[in-house]
Amino acid sequence: MVELRPYVALFRGQARSLASYRASFVLELSTNVFATVMDVLTVLVLFRVSRTLGGFTLREALLVVGLSSCAFAAADLAVGNIERIKFYVRTGLLDAVLVRPLGALPQLLLMDLPLRKLSRCAFGTGVLVFAAATAGIDWTPGRVVLVVAAPLAGVVFFSAIFVVSAAVAFWWVETGEIGNAFTYGGRDFTSYPITVYSGWFRRLFAYGMGFAFVSYYPALALLGRADPLGLPVWVGYAAPSVAVVAAAAASVVWRVGIRHYRSTGS
Amino acid sequence: MTAVIEARGLRKEFTVRVKAGRLRREKRVVAAVDGVDLRVERGEMLGYIGPNGAGKSTTLKMLTGILTPSAGEARVCGLVPVPQRTRLARRIGVVFGQRSQLWWDLPLRDSFDLLRHIYRAPAADHATRLRRCRGLLDLDAFMDTPVRQLSLGQRMRGELTAALLHGPEVLFLDEPTIGLDVVSKQAVRSFLADLGAGGDVTLVLTTHDLADIERLCRRLVVIDHGRVVHDGSIEALHARYGSRRRVVVDLDEPVAEPPEGAAVEADGRRLVFTVEGPAAPVIARLAGLPTLRDLTIEEPDIEEVVTRLYLASGPQPHGEPGISPGAP
Repeated sequence: MVELRPYVALFRGQARSLASYRASFVLELSTNVFATVMDVLTVLVLFRVSRTLGGFTLREALLVVGLSSCAFAAADLAVGNIERIKFYVRTGLLDAVLVRPLGALPQLLLMDLPLRKLSRCAFGTGVLVFAAATAGIDWTPGRVVLVVAAPLAGVVFFSAIFVVSAAVAFWWVETGEIGNAFTYGGRDFTSYPITVYSGWFRRLFAYGMGFAFVSYYPALALLGRADPLGLPVWVGYAAPSVAVVAAAAASVVWRVGIRHYRSTGS
Repeated sequence: MTAVIEARGLRKEFTVRVKAGRLRREKRVVAAVDGVDLRVERGEMLGYIGPNGAGKSTTLKMLTGILTPSAGEARVCGLVPVPQRTRLARRIGVVFGQRSQLWWDLPLRDSFDLLRHIYRAPAADHATRLRRCRGLLDLDAFMDTPVRQLSLGQRMRGELTAALLHGPEVLFLDEPTIGLDVVSKQAVRSFLADLGAGGDVTLVLTTHDLADIERLCRRLVVIDHGRVVHDGSIEALHARYGSRRRVVVDLDEPVAEPPEGAAVEADGRRLVFTVEGPAAPVIARLAGLPTLRDLTIEEPDIEEVVTRLYLASGPQPHGEPGISPGAP
């Protein structure tokens, strides 16, 4: 059994460290609210130009945004810190993490306490709740389960994306912003019905990397709409299982990656 | 057997990209550690030295489970370092001169308390060990200062304490005295000497300061280009490289005819004898000299021997000297 107390201790330590920088915390909290509001505003602005987006009305599209931003914000809150691995690998600070009797991944996640991201999480959930309430969903037991399971699976899915794109640093120290293409890029991709994309780009991101199953297909199932792209309705209900595959893949990549860690001289 | 550390054919390769031409870069494999065999018994104090880039730190990182060996095997406390990393971490302590185990924004007191939970150390044992360290390392004056405000010497004393609070069987120290002033160096050394004298903790120490070794370690392993070039006592090293003690004699008046085996300096007022073995016969011979004023015995200089050893192992057969694996 994994004992949680050591991790709780780490968490407490970070909370105490954070308390020594109160003013910057308040500032970060407010800039984060602003950033999330902007995400949703972008979608609203698009609907001022056009009544429908990829065949979806504003209310329907809002459900897609809600699922996406709720899941992304929660994943970012939980594991977004993993981006810091670049710094830890480049400077060799990971050495200090690896000599402690705890898992490397949870330690890295607890290196920083991104409470500032709580605001984003709350806002994303708010949009989802609003959209689910106003999109005219015909509630069945299956849909009730789905409206809870889909964002949770989305959290797992985005967390896996965060871990994989951060683990690239083990092979390639100077990863720069490449990881962001998949994390923030993935969030932007999932914010719209995938019908707005086309060609190889849609095939790659939506199906190849599985982003379609985070918000688009669950939203279709909730709305009871047929997929304009031809997949059956049950796909929407099965979509959360994609997260399991993503998590398994991420854990393999992480394990292999950490064995490739090279540390630094002396 | 009772070996705490056992390594056989331990090897670590790094791929480095070397500039070849204006844009082309060639991949080259460099062995930072190239077949190291090591056996350390419980309670030993081992000095592990070598020039920059010799593979000291890399060896330590393989023994502590940070790096995966490219070949060979290692066991520390009976555990295989990488697969059993977290179990091993509970039984060893690690101090890196250039990495901190402490929480930057928290006082030492809080860091120590957090470490107790992280290592799940029994509160009573933890308190006993902390009390001992506080006394021996004079921590009381800065227990409540955030780590970021500590001087390097104070921080290093904190790091030593942090590495010992869970009662490790082996303590790995990677350049623990680097950058410290004389006073702090002394404090660290005498603390480690004390710790080693207890005989419960096995110490493995890498350093560039040979005074650390002379003070602390009976056994010395010298590594160069990833290979062990000497493993034995300091005396054995001197014997191997023919370094001898010198007897220096100062006289009131110049001697007309210097005794056999003496080099004459300072216009005949100083005689220097190089002795192998006990110095007593030479001294007995000199005691009769009427003009004898002073007599000193100089121990062979370890720095000199080690310099000779480094030079003797010749130019690097591969790679550049001092390559830092992983550094951009």
